[in-house]
Amino acid sequence: MSGTPAGAVRRTRSRRGPAHGTPRPWPDRSLPWIYLAPALLVLGGLLVYPVWQLGLISLLEYTQAQVSGGEPTSFRGLGNYRELFGDEQFRQVLLTTVLFAAACVGGTLAVGCGLAVLLTRVRALPRLALMLAALGAWATPAVTGSTVWLLLFDPDFGPVNRVLGLGDHSWTYGRYSAFLLVLLEVVWCSFPFVMVTVYAGIRAVPSEVLEAAALDGASQWRIWRSVLAPMLRPILAIVTIQSVIWDFKVFTQIYVMTNGGGIAGQNLVLNVYAYQRAFASSEYGLGSAIGVVMLLILLAVTLGYLRLLRRQGEVL
Amino acid sequence: MKPVRVLVRRPWRAAAEASALLVAAVVAFPLYWMVLSAFRPAGEIESDEPRPWTLAPTLDSFRRVFGQQDFGRYFLNSLLVAGTVVIASALIAFLAATAVTRFRFRFRTTLLILFLVAQMVPVEALTIPLFFLMRDAGRLNTLASLILPHIAFSLPFAIWMLRGFVKAVPEALEEAAYIDGASRTRFMWRILFPLVFPGLVATSVFSFISTWNDFLFAKSFIISDTSQSTLPMALLVFYDPDDPDWGGVMAASTVMTVPVLIFFVLVQRRLVSGLAGAVKD
Repeated sequence: MSGTPAGAVRRTRSRRGPAHGTPRPWPDRSLPWIYLAPALLVLGGLLVYPVWQLGLISLLEYTQAQVSGGEPTSFRGLGNYRELFGDEQFRQVLLTTVLFAAACVGGTLAVGCGLAVLLTRVRALPRLALMLAALGAWATPAVTGSTVWLLLFDPDFGPVNRVLGLGDHSWTYGRYSAFLLVLLEVVWCSFPFVMVTVYAGIRAVPSEVLEAAALDGASQWRIWRSVLAPMLRPILAIVTIQSVIWDFKVFTQIYVMTNGGGIAGQNLVLNVYAYQRAFASSEYGLGSAIGVVMLLILLAVTLGYLRLLRRQGEVL
Repeated sequence: MKPVRVLVRRPWRAAAEASALLVAAVVAFPLYWMVLSAFRPAGEIESDEPRPWTLAPTLDSFRRVFGQQDFGRYFLNSLLVAGTVVIASALIAFLAATAVTRFRFRFRTTLLILFLVAQMVPVEALTIPLFFLMRDAGRLNTLASLILPHIAFSLPFAIWMLRGFVKAVPEALEEAAYIDGASRTRFMWRILFPLVFPGLVATSVFSFISTWNDFLFAKSFIISDTSQSTLPMALLVFYDPDDPDWGGVMAASTVMTVPVLIFFVLVQRRLVSGLAGAVKD
């Protein structure tokens, strides 16, 4: 960033003298903090403090008895974590969540980037059609999308089974087909963000650069790999991180489409599991510990990714 | 800016356009099916041979949805929550983005990194502490318990996105404004604000979507006073997993999706240019 507007302003003002300018009630030094105050207040109270509380509760024995005041709150140390990692079901859910999120992120990025490139290859009308359809999917709330996809894949009167000739095959019954159904819905409603962002990024690349590369005899693939991809890397970083964050904590789709985690919990992911433990079984300490595990995994993934980018010479 | 189309050879373009139209149809199909099912007479939805059209469109399902006690109220609640979050987070983020781009001060970089890290916090994981926070503040079962957290969660992303827009406004413009006798406040709201408005629109899309979509907080914080509930919860009144009222679900879904669709179509251009502006940074 070049120059400081604050400094520039100070010079201008002093030359003109205070009589002409409006009186400044605050000195320049505190002004940025005044602008930041509302944001810091809200973030401090509703993000930082809850994160701290989450960590704290995760170290406590905190169930309905403690919440209602029937029993004193006791410190468990890492007891909740030990209980979690000793639990076969939790380890299973953890692994499932990671794999499911990875599949969702992969699918979303592949579809989103592929269609973004496709958008640059077509004339205005098909582009508008695809853009509007994608905006429609993007605009669909998660609950709505979940129920609509359930209807589409309904064994008795969904059109998909008819078209595919699957008879009354139930998609939500089997573990993998239920996950596949949720995955399709998740990709459907989250690829538009990737598509629109990457498309905006490609459009921002000056066409002279691409023409020059083409004139120099670079192949399509070469142009993509050596010209576009490096210029798009910061955007790809943003959409990847956002997708990881969104898909790792999918709640609504799983909750609605598999009716709270599938038959015998076969489709549980961490978020739904934490909700069930905390609010259905009132095990708030355990639920918080699951929250902390999620938080740590997301932080690790994102920081690792940022470091990788920095090593490649990108400053985010 | 012209799209980069120079590189495409003709036969490929025809194939590309055909596949773009096909994909558009596939992507739009669920929405089509939703609206279609909302207008279908009850017997037709549950037919073994679903047809992609209806011969007897009816408003029965919509009547059932709006006849449902409080549905209109849920709708207003959702609008109120999302509207408040959008406006509040846009204003707060605008001030903060201005501070971190147009001033140099201690801890500026630290703050920027903190805003970045804050984006990664899985907000759903905070449901438990927020539940106790709202309970202790006596705010359970109020719209405030939905509004306040969503403002906080929208902020970090909004600040990062707006940063690019504020940065793009030339400093010469700021100096010129002061020379012309504008106060700092006047510059902020009369010059800077309109210039970064496309960015505000783009960020508002994200805060609107995440708030309008919210299901977990509504489910966890609005527990006894259902008159304070929002649309996602109202929708599930019709969705009994064992015996769903598909007509009702699809009509409610349509009612819930259409405002967002209108909003998206209205801001479509600004959204794309907004994202372009944010990613250029």
